[in-house]
Amino acid sequence: MTITSIRCYTGLAAVGASGLLLAAIFVGCSQETPPPPKEVADVSMDFTPPAVTLSTETVAGMPTTAKTAAKEDAQTVKIGACDGGKPIEVPKDLKGQALADSLMAQWKLHHPEANWVAEEMERHAIKPPADNSHLLKGDQAKGHAYGNYSAQDLLTWTRETEKFVAEGSRIFHSGDDLGSAVAVSCDMCHPHASNTHPETYPKFQTQLGRVALLRDMINWCIENPVRGEKLAPDSPAMRALEAYIQSQRQGVPLNYGKH
Amino acid sequence: MPTYKSVETKYLQQRDLFFRGLRNLDRRSFLKVSAAALGATAGLAPPHAFTPISVAHGAESAASKPAFRFAYISDSHLYERDVNDRFVRGLLRAVDDVNNLDPQPDFVFYGGDLAQLGQAKELELGAQILKNLKAPLRIMVGEHDWYLDMGQKWQELFGKPTYSFDHKGVHFVVLNSVVEKDFWTARKLSPMDRMKTVAGLDNGFQSPFTVGDQQCKWLQEDLAKLPDDAKLIVFSHSPLYKLYKPWNFWTDDADEVQAILKRFKQVVVIHGHTHQLLTNRIGNIHFHGLLSTAWPWPYAPEGMPELTIQMSRPDPFNPSDGCGDGEVFVHPDGLVDKVYALWNRNPITVSRTYMLSAGKQNVPPLPNRPAY
Ligand code: HEC
Repeated sequence: MTITSIRCYTGLAAVGASGLLLAAIFVGCSQETPPPPKEVADVSMDFTPPAVTLSTETVAGMPTTAKTAAKEDAQTVKIGACDGGKPIEVPKDLKGQALADSLMAQWKLHHPEANWVAEEMERHAIKPPADNSHLLKGDQAKGHAYGNYSAQDLLTWTRETEKFVAEGSRIFHSGDDLGSAVAVSCDMCHPHASNTHPETYPKFQTQLGRVALLRDMINWCIENPVRGEKLAPDSPAMRALEAYIQSQRQGVPLNYGKH
Repeated sequence: MPTYKSVETKYLQQRDLFFRGLRNLDRRSFLKVSAAALGATAGLAPPHAFTPISVAHGAESAASKPAFRFAYISDSHLYERDVNDRFVRGLLRAVDDVNNLDPQPDFVFYGGDLAQLGQAKELELGAQILKNLKAPLRIMVGEHDWYLDMGQKWQELFGKPTYSFDHKGVHFVVLNSVVEKDFWTARKLSPMDRMKTVAGLDNGFQSPFTVGDQQCKWLQEDLAKLPDDAKLIVFSHSPLYKLYKPWNFWTDDADEVQAILKRFKQVVVIHGHTHQLLTNRIGNIHFHGLLSTAWPWPYAPEGMPELTIQMSRPDPFNPSDGCGDGEVFVHPDGLVDKVYALWNRNPITVSRTYMLSAGKQNVPPLPNRPAY
C-alpha cells in the first residue's frame, strides 16, 4: 500500500485541536523555513502570521504542491516533505496524534533553527511581553469589530512581538550583526541589557551637547565602543535593538531626564 | 617651542605626581612610623609626632604595616592584535603600570581571562606580553581561556591550573573555579560554539561554575598540614560565593569550599571575573574582586554584598574608565589592603581595617553615580 500525502495531511487535520502543531508544520511546508536571519532583516516584514488562515480546505488543497511519498518497506513508510527536504520515515501503523507527533518531532529535528525565537528567549532570559489574557474574559466588546479579540489574535500579538524583540537580542549579542570592526557586541558591557536605562530618555547628554533619544545613545555606543557604522534611525536593526533594550526594562517606571 | 598643555593634561600630571609621591612616602614612612612609635613608648617624643603620617595613610598603617605586597592584572580578554587592538593596549598599559612600581612588587598575579575566545594565538599573544613583566608572574585560568580546547593550550603555556605556593609565611592557593558541567554534548556544539556560549556572560545555555569534587579534595589535602592560624590567601576566577547566578558571578559549590576554609582564623579570597570593585565578608573569609583591563561590568541587579562600596558608573565616553589594575598589601596577620588602581580615577583602597570593623572604619569613597 502506498500512503499518499493526502492521507498524511488528513491524518494531521484529524488532530484538529492542536492548531499550533499544524501551524508549525505548514509554516515549514508552505515556505522555505526562515533560517535565523544572518543579515539584518526587517523583522516586521518577513514574518508570515502562522496558520491564521489555515483550515481543512487549505489542507486538502496542499497535495498539489507537496511532493508525494515514497517507498514502502516492511515496517515503516517514508513521507515526502512538501518543502522538498529530507523525507520523514515513520512506523507503518502510526495514526492520528501519534503520527502527527512523530512527524512533528522529526521535522523539528531536521530544522533545528525553526524554533529560534523561543531559543533566543530562553538563552538570554528575555522577558515576555505583557499578558493580555484579560481581554478574553467575559463578553467584552461583543458585536464590535474592534476589540472583539480571539485567542488567535493574542497569540499573534505575542508571537510577533517576541520575534521582534528576539531579533533585537540577536543583534545586541552579535559583533558581526553590529558590523563591529573590533569583534565587540553590546552584551559584553551590558549583559541582559543592564545599564542601558531606556526609561531615562529623552535626556540631555552633556557629552553630545544635546537632548538624546535612546537611539542616539545606541548609535553612540555602536560608533565608539563597538566601532561599527551608525544605523539609520528607522532601520530594521535600530528598531529591533530599541525593542530588545526596552523589553528588558519591563516594569521599570518611565523617568525621562534622569542621570 | 613651548608646548601647550590643556587643563586636563596638567591636572592628570599633577595627580600622577601626587600619587607617586604618596607611594614613595609609603616606603620611607614605615621607618618613620616605627621610629615615632618607638619614641612614643619610650617617652622621647610626644605621641602626636606621627599624626601627619597616619593622616597621609589612613588609619590602617597605625594598627599594622604591610609585610609585603604583590600587584595584579586581570581579565584582559585578548583577541588577536589585528582583530581588536584596544584590549591589547589595555594589557600593555597594565604591564607598564606594574613595571613602573617602585619598589617592584614581590610578584604579579594574573587573575584569568587572558584570552577572549581561548584561541592559541590569543593566549600566545598574552603570554608574550606578560613576559615583559619585571616581577615574577603567577597566573590563574578563567573560563575564556579554557572552553575552546578545554585548557590544552593554556596548560601548555602556563602549567597546571590548580597549585599552591608559599611566600614570606603566607600560603597561596590558586584554583580553577570555572569548571562547568557538560552542556555542549547534548546541544551538539562545536568547540567554538561551546566557547562562545561560555563567553556570553548572559548566555543561559551554560552551566554554573564549580570548583568540583576533585579540586575540593586536593584543597583539603593541600591545607591539611596548615595550623588553624595559618595565613592563607586563595585565588579563584569566579567569586567563591553565590552572588548572581545569571551572570555566573557565582560558584555553585561555594558552600563546600567555604566549609574547607572554615577552620582557619581568617582567609583572604581574591577573585577575577566581575570586572569591578567588589567586597564581601562571610565569617572568617574576606573576599576582594579584581579590575579588568578590557571593560567594566555593571553591578548585579540584586544580591549585592553589604560591604561592597560600588564604584561610580563608568563613563561610556571613555573606554578605559572603570578599568585598571592594582596592588595587594599583605599584612603580618595575613589580611590585606586591596588597592584598585582605576585608570581614569583616583585609586581606591579597601583596607584591612574596613573589613575587620565590618565596614565601620576607613570606609572607601562612596560613588557619586551609583548603579540603578
Ligand atoms: C566597551 C563597553 C561597551 C559596549 C561594548 C557598549 N556599551 Fe553602551 N555603555 C557603556 C557604558 C560604560 C555606559 C554607561 C553606563 C552607565 O551609565 O551606567 C554605556 C551606556 C549606554 C547607554 C546609555 C545608558 C544610560 O544610562 O543612559 C545605552 C543606551 C547603551 N550604552 C547602549 C549600547 C548598545 C546598544 C551597545 C551595542 C551596540 C553598547 N551600548 C555597547 C559601555 C559599552
